[in-house]
Amino acid sequence: MSSAPKDAPAVQAHDLTKIYGSGNTEVVALREATLTIHRGEVAALLGPSGAGKTTLLTVIGLVNPPTAGRLSIAGQPVLDGPDALTNLRTFRRQRLGFVFQQSNLIPFLTACENVQVAMELDGWPRRAARRRAMDQLEYLEVADRADFYPTSLSGGQQQRVAVARALANEPTVVLADEPTAALDSRRGRQVMGLFRKVAHDNGAGVLVVTHDHRALDVFDKTYEMEDGVVRLPADPTTATVAR
Amino acid sequence: MNLAIRDVRHHAGRFALTAFGLGVLLMVVMGMGGIYRGLLNEGTLLIDRIGVDVWVVQRHTRGPFAELSRVPRSLVERVAAVPGVASACEFVTHTIQRDHQGRRLRMAVVGLSWPTDKGERLPLVAGRPLAQNHYEMIVDRKLGLSLGASLPLGKDTYTVVGVTRGMTTWGGDGAVFVTVNDAQAIQFDQPAEAVRLERAARRSRAERQDLGRAQPQLLERSAGPAVNFPALGTPNVSAVSARVAPGAAADAVCATISAWGDVTAMTHARQQDLILSGPIERSGRQLGLFRTLLTAVSAIVMALILYTLTLEKLHDIAMLKLIGAPNRVILGLIMQQAIVLGMLGFGVAYVLGQFAFPNFPRRILLVPMDLLKLAGIVLAISILASGLGIWRALRVSPGEVLSR
Repeated sequence: MSSAPKDAPAVQAHDLTKIYGSGNTEVVALREATLTIHRGEVAALLGPSGAGKTTLLTVIGLVNPPTAGRLSIAGQPVLDGPDALTNLRTFRRQRLGFVFQQSNLIPFLTACENVQVAMELDGWPRRAARRRAMDQLEYLEVADRADFYPTSLSGGQQQRVAVARALANEPTVVLADEPTAALDSRRGRQVMGLFRKVAHDNGAGVLVVTHDHRALDVFDKTYEMEDGVVRLPADPTTATVAR
Repeated sequence: MNLAIRDVRHHAGRFALTAFGLGVLLMVVMGMGGIYRGLLNEGTLLIDRIGVDVWVVQRHTRGPFAELSRVPRSLVERVAAVPGVASACEFVTHTIQRDHQGRRLRMAVVGLSWPTDKGERLPLVAGRPLAQNHYEMIVDRKLGLSLGASLPLGKDTYTVVGVTRGMTTWGGDGAVFVTVNDAQAIQFDQPAEAVRLERAARRSRAERQDLGRAQPQLLERSAGPAVNFPALGTPNVSAVSARVAPGAAADAVCATISAWGDVTAMTHARQQDLILSGPIERSGRQLGLFRTLLTAVSAIVMALILYTLTLEKLHDIAMLKLIGAPNRVILGLIMQQAIVLGMLGFGVAYVLGQFAFPNFPRRILLVPMDLLKLAGIVLAISILASGLGIWRALRVSPGEVLSR
């Protein structure tokens, strides 16, 4: 991994285009999407269903390569150019954290092990990983459930463990896909508050795809998306939220 | 962190049940090998324990164990006179089946050449060798007869005076040792009506011949017991067994006797080969084919189990990939589980076998080298069987996490 300036934006996407299929079956999921998320910034991505939000998230998450466009994460070009990465999985492990609507915790690992595994995959020694996993759970106020399996945790607890896992390797970017959809409003606001805290404490850039209009005040900036096009509305409170 | 062990621990009940099922299948594979080893062992056990150097049998036969053989009793004197032979005995063996106290007893009756052979060399676990020429028997404990038990055979009743262990034929029948005379009495026993009919038939044949018509006394004798005919020889024995003198070569003795033209002589090793290369070899091939089929079935079952286990984890595998797990972690998760499953199955098969195999009617002999080979095969199957699951797991895209 080449060195990148410390003050480079967490995410810088230029003209990202994603086309599925070809000919008559061609679907343009992303049309020259451009966005920037700085370190310590929490950004929302709003838009109706089918607007291309999840596609954009998978492209930035290095899961789904774009058809065209440029993408840099923490100043590192990841898709093209002479410094483009060859091992996206390693980069994803070290720089990206994911949170979803469902917690997606590994069911055969305890809460602590779910956090620990992300670190051990990154080469952390077992004991150190365990210690840090416990710290993370403590930070997210779920340490008392560390040795419970996901099925024994409430939805909110599961989501907090998922956030702990996403933050385990101190990622530069946290990508969250409707993380509060399965939570009640109080828990939802708590999780959003966590993102804000993580962004400010760790200097990470956070991009949250959300339908939750009530939490818009948490975000530093709000992108709106429709038919694969990303735009930055002048007044975030007027942004279209999916129904 | 070992993900395979974590998964096994979390689904311990289901995993144990799967391992148990696989273990039962592997126990059958293990048992097939054990049956073959048991056949080999039982087939040569009797020959080995009798401890004879040279067998003299009917010309061009493979008797007395692999094929029926009949030789005259007088052959024993001829064999005893051959240079290099220390002693020679008549040997009689035949298989009978009788009902005794509501049980069906199938046994190989073996005649001992009284008084030179009273059964002292037999591996007795209880009782004593034969002490008289008639009405005593030594039995193998497989027959379930205890010391002092009485068993009517033919027109006489025999008392068990000794019990041996492991004296069975290749067919798995327990051996009964009596004197040669008693063995022949049992073998040639006929009901009174059959004796009367035989005598009448003999008289009728004599009446149709000049000799019978010219000598009425002959007709009268014809209607009497066979022992009154000096021209009729004593009943044949199955073979003559010989021990060579110290320093003499069994091969040389065999060569001398085989030159006679009326009999075939073979060494102890040759007799063993005949048993092993005949009926046992065919059974062994059959069992081997069955074992191969069962091993293949086990491999397919394992592959399907592992594939199903992998399918259930696809979402988790996609998640692991999303958080950056390299392929070797995914591969390790599936392969280690396959190996754990295979080895657990093998362990279950072995433990179950220890309880089940002794209750089988035939001996099932588990040889350490065979067990080691089977463990190796199970290990190889486990690794191969995990291939299908690994192939599926490696095709999962991390993006599938987002599709749920």
